Amino acid sequence: MEKKKKANLLYSQKVAPYVFVLPFIICFAIFWVYPLISSFVMSTEKIGAITREFVGLQNYKKLLTDKVFHTALINSLEYTVFTCALLIPFPMLYAVLMDGNLVKAKGVWKAMMYVPALTSVVISGTLFRLMFTEYKTGQMNVLMAALGLPAFKWLKVKWTSEIALLTLCCWRWTGVNTLYFMSGLKAIDKTLYESAKIDGANSHQLFKYITLPLLKPTTIYVLTISIYAGLAMFLESFMLWSGNDSPKNIGLTIVGYLYKRGIQKNDMGYACAVGVVLMVIALVINFIQLGLNGTLKEEKD
Amino acid sequence: MANANAINPETGKQYKSVRRSRFIGSIFATAFFALLSAILIYPLFCGFIASFRPGRELIRRGLALNLDSSGMSLNNYKYLFSGNADSIKYWNWFKNSMILTLVTVALTLIVCYFVAYGITMYKFKLQKVLFMLVIATMMVPFEILLMPLYQEMIDINLIDSMWGVILPGLCSASTIFFFHQYMISLPAELLDAGRIDGANEYYISVKIMMPITKPAFSSMAILCAMGAWNNMLWPLMVFRSADKFTLTIGLNTLLTPYGNNYDMLIAGSMLAIVPIMVVFLIFQRYIIDGMTAGAVKG
Repeated sequence: MEKKKKANLLYSQKVAPYVFVLPFIICFAIFWVYPLISSFVMSTEKIGAITREFVGLQNYKKLLTDKVFHTALINSLEYTVFTCALLIPFPMLYAVLMDGNLVKAKGVWKAMMYVPALTSVVISGTLFRLMFTEYKTGQMNVLMAALGLPAFKWLKVKWTSEIALLTLCCWRWTGVNTLYFMSGLKAIDKTLYESAKIDGANSHQLFKYITLPLLKPTTIYVLTISIYAGLAMFLESFMLWSGNDSPKNIGLTIVGYLYKRGIQKNDMGYACAVGVVLMVIALVINFIQLGLNGTLKEEKD
Repeated sequence: MANANAINPETGKQYKSVRRSRFIGSIFATAFFALLSAILIYPLFCGFIASFRPGRELIRRGLALNLDSSGMSLNNYKYLFSGNADSIKYWNWFKNSMILTLVTVALTLIVCYFVAYGITMYKFKLQKVLFMLVIATMMVPFEILLMPLYQEMIDINLIDSMWGVILPGLCSASTIFFFHQYMISLPAELLDAGRIDGANEYYISVKIMMPITKPAFSSMAILCAMGAWNNMLWPLMVFRSADKFTLTIGLNTLLTPYGNNYDMLIAGSMLAIVPIMVVFLIFQRYIIDGMTAGAVKG
């Protein structure tokens, strides 16, 4: 009898949902809460091969005066700002253009624009490294020659290497972001445009007063993932300079520095402090961004 | 654009001048996307053409489009299929990537489906909290957990094993979220119908709900497969022994400064894109559905 009761309870509508979500609770505890907490704990320690020693806020103090970390921080922030500036307005315009009925063979272009996102960073990074080579025979210098410009040492100078990184990023994500905006546009009620046109609105006004505001959820989504991806960028730079070392750290990012200290230099405590700073930056930027866009307010209502 | 649809009240058709300007606009717009697509495909095309030339050339000259057919051969590909030590190594990476991808997709989908089912189909105390927690995991970039997770893998002895790569990503928040979005649009009465017929909760979740969530499974399977196939950062940290390497990390090991492996690197890279490209071409529609589900509703 006892057993049967237990079995019934397990099959009841009250217990079943907990059974269903159990894997999440376990994974969440083991692979999220625990590492997140130990990230804070480890960031206050000096971790050697065998020993772990509490050092308080010393790692964070060191970060304040660590020039290399500041370089990485600035590089990552710059990259984030530029990628947002390039990967939101342009894909949005492409999507608006594609959404009208002017473009023929849409499916073909959509598929082709998505293809770069299919390649892993190891492949795309290698291809771009070879195209942005300093030799005159590399693709970019061939292009420069055609434009009557001198050859550049692309990956050895800060601003040209920034161009290389941004080109790689735009190459991979322009198509994806365009698709995001297209699906956002699909959700807009087309009759709004019709009635606005009857009222005599021109295409500029249609875009400004209908498309842009109604596309806002999509824009916020794309902005959020762009900020996160920008701040956490590492492998692109890892591949362009094949291994985390760029001249004068022009390609070093926050996560690159985290990897360098934690894995290459075996200084896990310090690496964790870098990680915590990154998390704080990511959360602060996102809350500011969400606050400015009024998303948080809407949720409260 | 305002007058683009202007209709001649007498004939009921568009004015001729409007039709003509639309035609010209259409040509320009289509040409624009053709050009954009061509630019985006270009680097891969260059790489593909270069894969028929000796790897030495890549090191000496860098990569640029060179359609000159002299000096092109299938040698790099022949090398990959030659059965020598290098090619055995390459196909081992390929096999490892395949296994890792298949296991990741199968487990992630099953786990995320049931979790989403639990969160979406029932009303219970922790429902809202759990949903918030799912969202919270999306708010912290994975890279931040890199070090502690790495240490944890060492501690629980999952380092250098496939499970060390798979388990931390098993409960993927975006996959759960997508299943959730899909399920809330389905009629909950189906569940009650099943209950009246005497089916238990687990039977309902598998036999009634799973079949109608099939499209969601397709979308997520492909996105998840793409992610697993191309995953690099975490496998780079977890795998240590060369015989366990996946394609991404394996190809990365070929990038030595001396470049004696570039033959294999360029041909191997092109072959590594093939499986995911085939999947993409077959299931294209599902990919776009799955990917954009989060963006519209925010």
